[in-house]
Amino acid sequence: MAPRDVGIIGVAQTKHGRRRDVDTAELAHEVARGALDDASMSLDDVDAVFFGSAPDGLLGVSAADQWLAGAVGGSGRSLMRLSTGGSTGMSAAFAARDAVSAGLCDTALALAVERANEAHSVQMLMNTNFDPIYEKDFGLNALSTWALFATDHMLRFGTTLEHFAQVAVRNRTHALKNPHAHLHKPITVEEALESRLLSWPIRLADACPSSDGACAVVLAAESVVRNRHEPVAWLTGVGSCSDGYFMGDRPILSRRQPIEVAGAQAYERAGVTDPLAQLDVAELQNPFTISELMSIEGLGFAPFGESRDFVDAGGGHYGSDVVINPSGGSLCSNPVGATSIVRLAEAALQVTGRAGERQVPGARRAVALTSGGMIQFSKVVVVEGEGAP
Amino acid sequence: MTEYPTVEGHWDIHYQYSVGATAAAFFAALRDDATILGSRCDQCERVLVPARSFCERCFVRTDELVLVGTRGRVTTFTRPATPIAARSDTFSTVGLILLDGASSAIPHFIGEVDDLEIEALFARVLDGLHVEAQFRPPDERTGSILDIAYFKPVNA
Repeated sequence: MAPRDVGIIGVAQTKHGRRRDVDTAELAHEVARGALDDASMSLDDVDAVFFGSAPDGLLGVSAADQWLAGAVGGSGRSLMRLSTGGSTGMSAAFAARDAVSAGLCDTALALAVERANEAHSVQMLMNTNFDPIYEKDFGLNALSTWALFATDHMLRFGTTLEHFAQVAVRNRTHALKNPHAHLHKPITVEEALESRLLSWPIRLADACPSSDGACAVVLAAESVVRNRHEPVAWLTGVGSCSDGYFMGDRPILSRRQPIEVAGAQAYERAGVTDPLAQLDVAELQNPFTISELMSIEGLGFAPFGESRDFVDAGGGHYGSDVVINPSGGSLCSNPVGATSIVRLAEAALQVTGRAGERQVPGARRAVALTSGGMIQFSKVVVVEGEGAP
Repeated sequence: MTEYPTVEGHWDIHYQYSVGATAAAFFAALRDDATILGSRCDQCERVLVPARSFCERCFVRTDELVLVGTRGRVTTFTRPATPIAARSDTFSTVGLILLDGASSAIPHFIGEVDDLEIEALFARVLDGLHVEAQFRPPDERTGSILDIAYFKPVNA
């Protein structure tokens, strides 16, 4: 059987931030049911569930799949847990997409949930992600590792702290119109540059908040979509590429081939030859400002090493060729394992004209990029809307 | 706003991580000889440091252990706001160091740079900051990556 077209017909996400009003099963359930409601479906209509959460230590439960199986709709149907760091949620969506495309099921629910406010401290926990034999003794964690990437980019390309700050300012501004965003605090370049130093060159304004949150999408085969009359976001191009563990093995630390490879695969399948001209929106997983600059280069919005010029020219704002992170990105809400599926959900909302106040006018084609595990695991999706009002 | 209760939890679990024969040889060289071993891949000819038993790229065994330099160059660095406690000292600066003769860099502490302002350190690294491994005294080495206490700036 030829691969089937797959579309997103329902999405839901929580308000990201501190969520003491629900336990983690309830947090996950909120979006599982929310996405089904959004698709006007019941659980009986779902063939399979693909779910994820990232490092076990964040939830403090080492087998979250057992704990959350029923809450995410796994009772009575196929359930699979996926884990690829910050790209976990997107991996769940990819597995769901592959199953539907291959004809193994007609509908699938993909979701991810995270708690980033319960472990004291998140960065100490992130240190346990690292190789215990050779590397963990150096205090490496998400923050210090991204700082090594940032310094590398500065040394090689002349990127400056001001470029990082501009990325922070744009994302913070965009988040003001996103009711789901954790941070609703506008910031100026000067304030960003004077914010608290975390790990040079990264300051507080360059870093994501610790967010609790969850997000779900319902994917369906073309045969299901055609019986409906609601807007759909077709996944017209997907790409995926990974890399090994040791960052010292990478020829150029701040150039990530997996992003480029995954992007090229997705673009080819979607017929995208000129990303700036053909894409209206990009949702890029950007837990740190440097992450966004590297993604801008990896997806071809700027030549390699020249994201600083893209930023200096005002790229990524509303009204420019491609609006980057109209949601405010991971920089303003980072439920770690769920943050990547938020990128996909936001892209789907944009191309179906359902993004509310943060809607990019006329958006019809968007790209979502995730890079988890210190950018080991890159996944790119091009979505195109049909039936938008 | 309603205050919701929480339930306390704590993980404190001791592990003994298996390092395998290749890392054992790497650690023995650090401890006994104050030397650093890499593994050479026959196919791509990269010298991977620290030593490991296979090449991820070529997917072949890398049985040949080779000595690399104890000197190298800092390729990138960061200075966390909270200094990092090592075995018996604390360090303000962590970097990736490409050792002479190696194809891959290792993370380690960069010492004796604490009195350098960060901008001055950045300028030194931009110019090419050469460093040399400072080994602990023989009786203090345990066969660990921390048998190298830190890397110290030296003239090229």
